[in-house]
Amino acid sequence: MEEKKNPVMKHAVMTDPGSGKQYKLVRCRINGVERETMVDVRASLTDMLRNDYSLSSVKKGCEVGECGACNVIIDGECYNSCIYLAVWADGKDIRTLEGLMGPNGELSDIQQAFIDEAAVQCGFCTPGVIMSAVEILESGKEYTRDELRKLLSGHLCRCTGYENILNAVEKTMKKRLSEKEAAAGQTAE
Amino acid sequence: MYDMKALYEAESVQDAVRLLEEHPEAQIIAGGSDVLVQMREGKRAGVELVSIYGLDELRGVKLEEDGTLRIGSLTSFSHITKDPLIQKYINVLGEAVDMVGGPQIRNIGTIGGNTCNGVTSADSASTLHAWDAVIELTGPQGVRLTPIKDFYIKAGKVDLRPAEIQTGILIRKESYEGYAGHYIKYAMRNAMDIATLGCSVNVKLSADKKVFEDVRIAYGVAGPVPMRAVHAEEAGRGLEVTDGNIEKIGDTVLEDVTPRDSWRASKAFREHISKVLCKRALREAVLRAGGAV
Ligand SMILES: Cc1cc2nc3c(=O)[nH]c(=O)nc-3n(C[C@H](O)[C@H](O)[C@H](O)COP(=O)(O)OP(=O)(O)OC[C@H]3O[C@@H](n4cnc5c(N)ncnc54)[C@H](O)[C@@H]3O)c2cc1C
Ligand code: FES
Ligand code: FES
Repeated sequence: MEEKKNPVMKHAVMTDPGSGKQYKLVRCRINGVERETMVDVRASLTDMLRNDYSLSSVKKGCEVGECGACNVIIDGECYNSCIYLAVWADGKDIRTLEGLMGPNGELSDIQQAFIDEAAVQCGFCTPGVIMSAVEILESGKEYTRDELRKLLSGHLCRCTGYENILNAVEKTMKKRLSEKEAAAGQTAE
Repeated sequence: MYDMKALYEAESVQDAVRLLEEHPEAQIIAGGSDVLVQMREGKRAGVELVSIYGLDELRGVKLEEDGTLRIGSLTSFSHITKDPLIQKYINVLGEAVDMVGGPQIRNIGTIGGNTCNGVTSADSASTLHAWDAVIELTGPQGVRLTPIKDFYIKAGKVDLRPAEIQTGILIRKESYEGYAGHYIKYAMRNAMDIATLGCSVNVKLSADKKVFEDVRIAYGVAGPVPMRAVHAEEAGRGLEVTDGNIEKIGDTVLEDVTPRDSWRASKAFREHISKVLCKRALREAVLRAGGAV
């Protein structure tokens, strides 16, 4: 697969002569909006998204890549932002749960399905799981239950027992696929 | 915040080599899924890092003119699995790295990191051993190649000389042409688990599919570093493809493997599954090579 080329120029790391701390100007698209900020090179992407952009859907769970609570989409693929350096986000297209909201604050279909299927209890794992679900749904493919299980295996949920999460993702996948089919049928007529 | 002393971002392979020469104490970070976790654990706290993550020139799989498959060291596991050249020539490598961690780890983890960490349980390592992979290293003196079995020195230590980085993993045409393989990862869970033992085999059968012309058997966690089962391979070469002979080859691996007791499993259990996994993997590889048992 072709790797995406960075749309903006890369920036260099700068050292503050007083403190000796290193900073980098990180310019990226976050939920569709071009943003830029100076980040400490020691920051994780979770740190940047939470502290600089107040995107608190990005959770700090294990902070060692095991639980998926910090999962976000970068250039179309899911990454645990706790083990991703903020400086690497320069030039990237990043999506978090906040970006799913409609223009009037509406929930997306996958979020509604999580509510309908009781796939949310404490909610701590939910934003991360939903971003994986978004990548799955946007592939436009139909997956078996076992395949979905594997695609969601990078998330720990201590409350739901996973079945309702699988139900919500499967239901939304089927709904989107049948809507697509119906739309294709209409244009064919 | 990570406890790091300094970060230097390389802009090219040459720049990475220069940064490593300039900062001899610095460690390389690729995807960081080992490095950053160890930094959190305190093992690598306070270190200087040279980041090569931005070097897109080290991503992707290519077929060179002489038929050699070149895998750029920064290629992520998920991109290896999806790659059409991998699927066509050494699909088993794509299957093996599809068993690493979970989806997010497979997007960040690189095959270079998985081999440079010197870890015996690394899911790509046994398969790369089985296919006689060649490691390409670039350093101040230029480019050098080394067979993967010589790249591993001891647990956690590989043959990376000062200011060198791994730039590619090569699989030569004679190593893959006519071979079919299979990898089995034995772990307690189906995802997010480290292998208790990993076994990767491949076979080349005679034209009538009746004889093992070549057998290659490699393991992870059967010793301090990934290894080949040379005695078992030798025992298998030239044998007829029968169930009895697969049993014989599988039993011979005990002459090669040297697993140890750990909290994951005992030595005795690992010896037992060394045989069982080898036999199962050989049966599947024979089927994939068009033979029957
Ligand atoms: C939650 C979790 C689950 C995991 N599960 C598995 C699993 O199931 N199976 C498995 O095999 N691994 C697993 N891993 C380990 C890890 O993801 C892999 O080893 C991965 O391949 C490391 O690649 P990286 O690019 O992230 O390496 P990094 O962390 O960047 O580097 C690893 C080591 O290699 C060196 N290095 C990296 N690239 C180069 C290069 N090009 N040249 C020279 N030196 C280099 C670094 O200096 C470092 O010592 C897991 C990790 C996590 C966090
Ligand atoms: S907080 Fe990032 S994976 Fe757990
Ligand atoms: S809903 Fe509580 S961890 Fe998943």
